[in-house]
Amino acid sequence: MNFLLHAPILQIVVPLLVAPLIILLRNRHIAWGLAMASTLATFLFTLHLFLTVNETGEAIIYELGNWPAPIGIVYVIDVANAYVLPLIAGVSAIATFAARGLVNAEIDIRDHSLFYAAWMLTIAGMLGQVATGDAFNIFVFLEISSLSAYALVAIGAGNDRRALPAAFNYLILGTIGATFYVIGVGLLYMVTGTLNLVDIAQRLPAIGDTHTGFAALAFISLGMFLKMALFPLHFWLVPAYSYAPSVVSALMAATATKVSVYVLIRILFGVFGVDFPGMDSLLGVVLLGLGVAGALIGTVAAITETDLKRLFAQSSIAQLGYMAIGLGLATKSGLAATFINLFNHALIKGAIFLALGAIAAQLGRVTMSNIQGAAKQIPMTIAAILFGGMALIGLPLTAGFISKLYLLRAILEEGAWVVAVFTVMSSILALIYVWKIIEVAYLNDRPKGAPVLTETPAQWISAWVLVAATIYFGVQAEIIVDAAFSAADLFIGGNQ
Amino acid sequence: MNLSILIAQWNYVIVIALMMIGFYTVIARGNLIKKMVGLNIFQTSVFMLYISMGKIQDGTAPILSDDPTMIYSNPLPHVLILTAIVVGVATTAVGYALIIRIQESFDTIEEDEITEALNEEALAERLAEQH
Repeated sequence: MNFLLHAPILQIVVPLLVAPLIILLRNRHIAWGLAMASTLATFLFTLHLFLTVNETGEAIIYELGNWPAPIGIVYVIDVANAYVLPLIAGVSAIATFAARGLVNAEIDIRDHSLFYAAWMLTIAGMLGQVATGDAFNIFVFLEISSLSAYALVAIGAGNDRRALPAAFNYLILGTIGATFYVIGVGLLYMVTGTLNLVDIAQRLPAIGDTHTGFAALAFISLGMFLKMALFPLHFWLVPAYSYAPSVVSALMAATATKVSVYVLIRILFGVFGVDFPGMDSLLGVVLLGLGVAGALIGTVAAITETDLKRLFAQSSIAQLGYMAIGLGLATKSGLAATFINLFNHALIKGAIFLALGAIAAQLGRVTMSNIQGAAKQIPMTIAAILFGGMALIGLPLTAGFISKLYLLRAILEEGAWVVAVFTVMSSILALIYVWKIIEVAYLNDRPKGAPVLTETPAQWISAWVLVAATIYFGVQAEIIVDAAFSAADLFIGGNQ
Repeated sequence: MNLSILIAQWNYVIVIALMMIGFYTVIARGNLIKKMVGLNIFQTSVFMLYISMGKIQDGTAPILSDDPTMIYSNPLPHVLILTAIVVGVATTAVGYALIIRIQESFDTIEEDEITEALNEEALAERLAEQH
């Protein structure tokens, strides 16, 4: 079909145009219908891109407005972002499906259409960041997705006023992160005279070892560390995830930080390249060190939490630590491990937060004490959390196992025994918080007088679609592993 | 670094000074409105970084003319910053909207008082959890 030639831009334009349409129509049922239809369409577009790129093995270069590269902005869909795009679009579609019930339960009826408008904008922004081949365009999409995300977190104030300071802190730190990124891009533009990522990459080696280039690297990395919530720049994440409406927590926990990880990979490995002066210390010392620290501290913090949304938000810090470790190794297998982890963690966290949402819709907050004995009343929902938890630990037959396996393999290839020990230690510690949930939900009886929990297939189906995906990709891992390695190959070709 | 280099690149000196003033204000001030003001100064410093890098000595405004020897400033950073200004305005609007909502529900816009209220709520929740 001819219009599929425009899939690289359609996947962004469709959700971007649906947002104002939703505001104009101001009908909450139509709003959901439009959101659902457009996220599904977007998913199909991204799937088409993934299949096309993998079939031909060549990048699709889409020239916006038919202006060729040095003058116009181009979208470059290659094996790396064709791998990330369907993940974001797919999780968004599933979360949108779940939003029907969760939004009704948690958000004031007058705000529904506004909610869906912001929802579509944040999805469009995330896809745009991944698809574009222009450094400044990344910033614009970053801000589109972030600004709507601040609003989405703040809507949680209807249930808990703590969502407001959470959203404000997120705004301050998010804006600082984005501004650091723009400073870095400005410095790169100074030395290369272009904003096209491919052109910058081609011109940087000739410029060599300059303070400007090094400062650009530092600013961009720091900005993206903030946006991806790398320890110790993660303080905005836990309150934002735990006080946002459940479906927003699910979408953000699954996709938002992953997009920033992808942008970081694209800039560090795709633009600067591993041979850039100063890169070895940034990767080998900063990313590896902060990754290990994050993996340990995130897990320990998760153990101390009694609120389940906060608990799994802390565990995201640990998971982002694993992704940083993969990048810090600066090898092809390390990068591939991060790509695998990025994909699997999005599915796992999406499933867990959607299941938590089904409980939060009835109880307000999900804590260790109010889910006591809940497994008897809502077996499917609790089982979804349990499967997610097992995948976080990395038990076999789950996608989490594949992530850990390839990460450990990549670490041991480099002989980094200490890092390997810490990674395994963090995984074993994760067992503690998952066990706490099992103990409370399965082994305790529901206290007398506790509210009776109910579930219908409509409430758990979206979480279970993602659980099924984690199990499927845990058993049939080749698809993801192959795609991750060809993505890594793009950035670190040849060596290893 | 000697003084003449600093004077020759005085635009960057201003940019860095503004950047640090803004950044410091965001971090050190407890009043949320002052934080937003700091954030705006911080963002403005970046606008100036871009605009001043596009300036070419003796260059005029980049308007198309028949004179091929005309020297003009690079218009691209200007265009980028137009976008960044729009983003900055939107960020400020969202930030102030949040501050209004915070004032309505917390009766304060001082960060330490909000933190205190948050800590009390967290403590109450912990106690409820134990019983």
